[in-house]
Amino acid sequence: MAKNLLEMKHITKTFPGVKALDDVNFVVSEGEIHALVGENGAGKSTLMNVLSGVYPFGSYEGDIIYDGQECKFADIRDSEKKGIVIIHQELALIPYMTIGENMFLGNERGNSAAIDWDETYGLADQYLKQVGLKESSRTVVKDIGTGKQQMVEIAKALAKKAKLLILDEPTSSLNEEDSKALLNLLLQFKKDGMTSIIISHKINEISYVADTITILRDGATIESLCKGIDDISDGRIIRGMVGRELTDRFPGRTEKKIGDVSLEVKNWTCYHPVYSDRKVVDNVSFKVRKGEVVGIAGLMGAGRTELMMSIFGKSYGSNISGELYINGSKVELKTVSEAIAHKLAYVTEDRKGNGLILSNPITVNTTLANLTGVSNRFKVIDHSLEENVSKQYVDKLRTKCPSVMQKVGNLSGGNQQKILLAKWMFANPEILILDEPTRGIDVGAKYEIYCIINNLVAEGKSVIMVSSELPEVLGMSDRIYIMNDGRMVGEVSAEEASQELIMSRILLTKNSQNRDEEMTQTADTHETEER
Amino acid sequence: MSLKSSLTKYVMAFATVAVIIFFTIATGGKLLYAQNVNNLIAQNAYVFILATGMLMCILTGGNIDLSVGSIVCLVGAVGATLMVNQKVPIPVAIVVMLLTGLIIGVWQGFLIAYLKVPPFITTLAGMLTWRGLSNVVLQGLTIAPMPDKFLNMFNSYVPDFSGSSKINYTCIMVGILVCVGIAVMKIRTRIMKKQKGYENDPLIGDVVKTLILCAIVLFFMIKLAYYKGLPVILIWVVVIVSIYAYLTSKTTIGRHLYAVGGNEKATRLSGINTKRVYFFAYVNMAFLSAVTALVVMARLNSANPTAGTNYEMDAIGSCFIGGASAYGGIGTVGGVMIGAVLMGVLNLGMSIMGVDANWQKVVKGSVLLAAVIFDVLSKKKEN
Repeated sequence: MAKNLLEMKHITKTFPGVKALDDVNFVVSEGEIHALVGENGAGKSTLMNVLSGVYPFGSYEGDIIYDGQECKFADIRDSEKKGIVIIHQELALIPYMTIGENMFLGNERGNSAAIDWDETYGLADQYLKQVGLKESSRTVVKDIGTGKQQMVEIAKALAKKAKLLILDEPTSSLNEEDSKALLNLLLQFKKDGMTSIIISHKINEISYVADTITILRDGATIESLCKGIDDISDGRIIRGMVGRELTDRFPGRTEKKIGDVSLEVKNWTCYHPVYSDRKVVDNVSFKVRKGEVVGIAGLMGAGRTELMMSIFGKSYGSNISGELYINGSKVELKTVSEAIAHKLAYVTEDRKGNGLILSNPITVNTTLANLTGVSNRFKVIDHSLEENVSKQYVDKLRTKCPSVMQKVGNLSGGNQQKILLAKWMFANPEILILDEPTRGIDVGAKYEIYCIINNLVAEGKSVIMVSSELPEVLGMSDRIYIMNDGRMVGEVSAEEASQELIMSRILLTKNSQNRDEEMTQTADTHETEER
Repeated sequence: MSLKSSLTKYVMAFATVAVIIFFTIATGGKLLYAQNVNNLIAQNAYVFILATGMLMCILTGGNIDLSVGSIVCLVGAVGATLMVNQKVPIPVAIVVMLLTGLIIGVWQGFLIAYLKVPPFITTLAGMLTWRGLSNVVLQGLTIAPMPDKFLNMFNSYVPDFSGSSKINYTCIMVGILVCVGIAVMKIRTRIMKKQKGYENDPLIGDVVKTLILCAIVLFFMIKLAYYKGLPVILIWVVVIVSIYAYLTSKTTIGRHLYAVGGNEKATRLSGINTKRVYFFAYVNMAFLSAVTALVVMARLNSANPTAGTNYEMDAIGSCFIGGASAYGGIGTVGGVMIGAVLMGVLNLGMSIMGVDANWQKVVKGSVLLAAVIFDVLSKKKEN
C-alpha cells in the first residue's frame, strides 16, 4: 500500500458552545481519491478548513502531518505553498474578469511593477488544456457555463501547483454530464499521481471515483472503508452516516387532534430568480392539516427554502406556477402582505439576514409583521401597547433578556430565535412555516422551541417544519415529506419513518433515474482503463 | 438608563453646548446678542427643513439626495417668474411651486424605488438637470424683488400687541405658552400611562428634561423679544420639524423607514412594501426642497441662478453630525436638529470672529469627520 500523504491526528475544534470536531483522525494515502461523507453539520467542511489553514494553528487541538512533516499553517497561503489547495462549494470566480485573470488572482505572474500578461495567458491556456477546456483564457468567466467554471476552478488549483486537491461538493451545481466530466478528470489526475479529497452527498459519484471513504458523524470519525476490502454498498454508507441513537430529546404531545386540510399545494414549480432557466422547485405537491406538524426533510440545497418562500407571497423565484388552496379554497398570494392576510407565516432559516433587525430593540422586532396590531386607524403606533405585547411574548416564550428595549443583536441565538417566533406568532397565523427553527442554538433552547411548536399545534394551528436534522424531523413530525433536487421524493408517516429510510430516499432517488445509464458508463470506463 | 448611557446618548447636545460656550467667550459675548440669535434661526431655516427630509432618505439605508440644492433653485426660479414676471396671484404661484417639487420627487422616487437606479446616481443627475433647467428658466438672470405679500408670509415678524418699543411681549407670551404646553403634554402622557397600567419613566428624569427644554425655549424667546420679536420663519420651521418628528417616532410610516434601513430583507418578508418606503422618502425630500425654496426666496428677496448651491451638503452634514447612521436605520429628527444647530453656531461664531471663509470650511469638514468617526468607534465598542 502507498505511503500516507496526510495524517490528521486527534483533531478537536470547538466553536463557542459547540464541539464541531471531537478527536477526529483522518488518513489519506498518496495517489488515492478519498471521499469524505456525512450529514450536514457532521464536520466535513470544518475538518477541511482546519487542514487548509482557514482555522489557523492554535485554534484547534491535534496534529497535522503532511508529506512526513508536522504542519502548523497560519493561513491559506501557508497550506497552498505546500500544495494543499481547496476548492470551495461556492464558486469563487469573479464573473467580469477573464479566465486567465481569475486563475492567477493573488498569484499574479510578472513582477511587482507590472503583470506579465503574455505569461499569464500562456500558462492559463496550458492549464485549461489539462482540464480539457477548449476556451481561450481571455474569455470572460460570466460567458461560460457553471460546469466549465468548475473546471476553471480546478485549473486554478493546478496553477497553484496542487499536490493534494480538496473539492467541497464540486458537483452540487452541475448537471449530470458536467459532473461526469469532472469525475473523469479526477480519475485522470489520479493516474498522474495527484491525491484528492472529495466531499460529496452523491453516493453514486463516491462509489464511482473513491478508493477510500471516511464517514464523519456529529464531529467524530466513524469509520474508513476501503474499496475492494470493505463493503462499500450504498446501504452500508448510509448506515454509517445516520446510525445515531435517538435519545429522548423531544417533548411528547399529550393528545393529537388532527383536523381538516388547511394548506394544500399542487404542482408547484419555480425557477431561479437570476438564472431563469434553472428549475429550483419542480412540480411539488403537498398538504398540511390543522393540528399537524409536517416535516420536510432533505439536504441543504434541496429546494425546500425556495419552495416555502415562493409559496409565501412569491418572495423567492421567478416564473412561479402551481395552485394553492387554503382551507379548501383556491388563493393567489402575490405579495407577502397577502400571505400574512391569509394567516400564513414564514419563519426564516436565516434569522440574522432575513428575519430580525439586529440594531433594533425587541419591541420593534416583535411587532414588525403586524404593526396594525399596535397602531390606530391613523397609523399612529401606541408605544405602551407595543411594549406590553412584547413583554407578554417574552414571558410566554421564556425569552431571556434584561428588558424589551434590549437590542436583538445582543441576545443569544436561541433567544433571537424566540423573538423571531414571537414576531410571527403576534401576526396571528394559522399556518406556520418554520425553516430550520433550531439551527445554531443550544440543546436547551431547542427543547423549548419544540415545546412552543407543540403548543401551536395544540391550539389547532398547522406547522410545516423544514429541517436538515433528521432526528428532529423524526421526533417532531406527524408526517414527513422528503425533498431532493427540487422534487418531492417521498412521503412517510411518523410511524414508518426511520433515519435510514429517509436518507436512502434522499441519496438514492436521484440516481434511480440515471442509474442504468450510469452503470453502463461506469463499466465502460473501467474496461477502457483495463485495456 | 444609567448615567453613562445617557451621556453617550446626548453627547452631541453636550458638544453643542460646549461649542456655544466656547464661541460666547471667544466673541466676548457677541454670539448671544439678540440679533445674532435671530440670525442663527433666519440663516439656518433652510438647513433645518432640508435636514429633516434628508434624514428620511438616510434612514432607508444611508442613501442621500444630492439634488436638493438644485431643486430649491429651480422651484425658486419657477416661483419668481410666475410672481414677478407673470404677476400670477401669490397663492397660485405657491401651489405651482409645491407641485413642481412633488413632480420632481415622483420622478426621482420612481427611478429609485421602482427602477432600482442607485439614489446617488439618480440625484447626481438631478443635481445637474435641475440646476441647468433653473438657469434656463431664469435666462441666467436674477429676479428681484419679491412681492411684499410673499415676504410677509416667510420673512417678517409677528406684530407685538403691547406696542412697547423695547421688548416684544408677544414673543415672551408665546414662549411661556409653549413651556406650559410642553409641561401639560408631559403630565398627560404620564397620567395616561398610569391609567393603562404601563410603566412610567423615572419622574426625576422627565422633570429635568422638561425643565431644560423650557429653559431653552424661554431663553430664545427672551432674546428674540429684545430684537424684532418672533420671526415667522421660526413658526414654519417648528411646525414642519414637529410634524416630521411625530411622523418618524409615532407612526407606522416612520417605523417602516427605520425598518428598511435596519434590515431591508427582513422588512420585505414582514409584508411591508419596501419600494413604497423608498418612494415616500424621495418624494418627500423633493417636496421639502420646494418648501425650502419658498423660505430661501423670501430670505434672499430674489431668485438667482446660484441659489441653493451646496445646500445638500449642509443637510447631509447635519444628519451625520446629529447621529444618523451612514448605514441607515438609526437617527432621530431631534438629533438632526442638534446637528443643524451645531453647524449653524459654528458658521455664525466663526463669522463673528472674522475667521477666513476657507478656514471655516476646514473646521466644518473636521467636525463632520469627527462626528462620524465617533459614531463608528462607539458602535465598534458596543459589539
